[in-house]
Amino acid sequence: MSHNAELGRRGEQLAVEHLEARGMQVLERNWRCRIGEIDIVARDGHDTVFVEVKTRTSGDYGHPFEAITPLKLARMRRLAIAWCEATDAPVSRIRIDAVAVLAPIEAPALIEHLEGIN
Amino acid sequence: MPVARTRSVALLGLSGSVVEVEADLSSQLPAFVIIGLPDAALGEARDRVRAAAVNAGCPLPQRRLTVNLSPAALPKHGSGFDLAIAVACLAAAGEISAESIERVVHLGELGLDGRLRPIDGILPAVLAAVRAGYDTVMVPAANSDEARLVPGVSVIGVASLLDAAVHHGGVYDEREFDAVPAPDRPDPTASVDEPHGDLADVSGNDDAVQALLAAAAGGHHVFLLGPPGAGKTMLASRLPGILPDLEADEALEVASLRSLSGRPPISGLSRRPPFEAPHHTATAAAMVGGGSRLIRPGAAARASHGVLFLDEAPEFPSAVLDVLRQPLESGSIAIQRANAVASFPARFQLVLAANPCPCGNHGSKGAECTCPPNARRRYLARISGPLLDRIDVQLRVPRITAAGLRIAAERPGMSTEVARGRVVEARARAARRLRGTPWRTNAQMPGPWMRGAGGLHPGGRATADLDRALELGGVTMRGYDRILKVAWTLADLDGADIPLLDHVGRALFLRKGLPL
Repeated sequence: MSHNAELGRRGEQLAVEHLEARGMQVLERNWRCRIGEIDIVARDGHDTVFVEVKTRTSGDYGHPFEAITPLKLARMRRLAIAWCEATDAPVSRIRIDAVAVLAPIEAPALIEHLEGIN
Repeated sequence: MPVARTRSVALLGLSGSVVEVEADLSSQLPAFVIIGLPDAALGEARDRVRAAAVNAGCPLPQRRLTVNLSPAALPKHGSGFDLAIAVACLAAAGEISAESIERVVHLGELGLDGRLRPIDGILPAVLAAVRAGYDTVMVPAANSDEARLVPGVSVIGVASLLDAAVHHGGVYDEREFDAVPAPDRPDPTASVDEPHGDLADVSGNDDAVQALLAAAAGGHHVFLLGPPGAGKTMLASRLPGILPDLEADEALEVASLRSLSGRPPISGLSRRPPFEAPHHTATAAAMVGGGSRLIRPGAAARASHGVLFLDEAPEFPSAVLDVLRQPLESGSIAIQRANAVASFPARFQLVLAANPCPCGNHGSKGAECTCPPNARRRYLARISGPLLDRIDVQLRVPRITAAGLRIAAERPGMSTEVARGRVVEARARAARRLRGTPWRTNAQMPGPWMRGAGGLHPGGRATADLDRALELGGVTMRGYDRILKVAWTLADLDGADIPLLDHVGRALFLRKGLPL
């Protein structure tokens, strides 16, 4: 596994722990379809939440959130619809969240969570 | 606090409006949006502010920041809003006190290194802030002397965005920034702003000195006609020296116009009247002011409360001369552009100098004029009648003769200091007489008021010659009024209560001294 993929998995694991600590129930991780991949699908009360996780070891290449471009966001929306069509679970409201994990090699990770980005 | 607001100033001409700068922080993907009619330079504040904040050591949050400049309909331009935008964003992020920035007007441009750069037009902007009821301004360190010229305002000069943030209660690692110094721009008018030489240097031209004295005392416009080398330029450059010191508000207005012209920042308030001498290749825009977005004052506006000297007046394009008719009449200049109308004060004293013909020798003893009569007539006709009609003192300046030089050597001329003393006295007499009216100098009195309600027609024998000239068609009614005004000025200079026959006679000479 490459360094980046490993970092990505570590970030996603930290994000899942963060979401669960906030009382969200993780339904699915790394859900794939023809269009692409959703990092985390979770349930927060009545909301179905689709989470994009971005992990960096430092801020040298910009804030993790800066990597979420409008194009990426548009794909997230299409993916969310694709997931809803593929699932049997009832879906009332959907939300797209972003989680930034700043995970330096030898220091505790810093997690930021944006709810309902658009 | 997700929303924070502070104040800045948008300048349009010399008048500024206070602009509210609001910043909203929302939990969205990082973005920076500026709304409220910004121009290109202001739109770029987005990138300047974010980079400056990082490099100053007080980074903005990685969230969506929306900055609104209201009133949104007012066009805003330039980089002077950077500081206000940056502190509003920091306060929205909760890094600094939103209460502290609310009543402070912030002015200044940010460099990418986080230091504050001085901007043009600080003085009029601070004046506008004070008039709108704000008493604290934060400006770049290099502009703080200029901002302090405005009475009744407390000025906070800051070197960097970090200093500004710390002042408003931000807690950051301490860092030292060298203040950006004022730009070392050469002042294009430095040579004419120097002391203008003494009136005593003018030798053997008593008539012209008397005319200059009358012009200074009454605020009359002057037209000097004479061959090259007669000393017209020398005379004109002595006029600002014998004018009285400016009042505090006038000096502030003069300094504001200087500040807007992109000259080096002002450190002290000069009480001396300005002197502007545009070259005869000047365009109409250079004369009254122009520019498409940032409207800058022209020579006529910069000469406000001082002297506008047009040497070789017939060489100016006639369209350029005629744009002066509006400011001569109304004392202000309105510049219309697609997005706005800017207005500048323009209460200057006009001094025109001209040669009598293209070769310059017409009418001089011992020198032969080589111009055909037609060329001579056309030359002076370039100064239009309506413009000439507004000039009270019109005088021929002859070349000095050897005999005149000898007499002058024995009897030194009046010094600038003595002359200014007489001018101040004469102006005080006129001001006492005009108390309770909107006018302060004789030149400003409207003719009908002077003859009618003002009761300033001397009547009787004093104006007998003038009345006859009017009857014979030698002077027009407007010319009659102007001669009367100059007569009052001459009476003021002599300390007389009312113009006598002698004063009217001399006024007639000063008006009709030109064989045009």
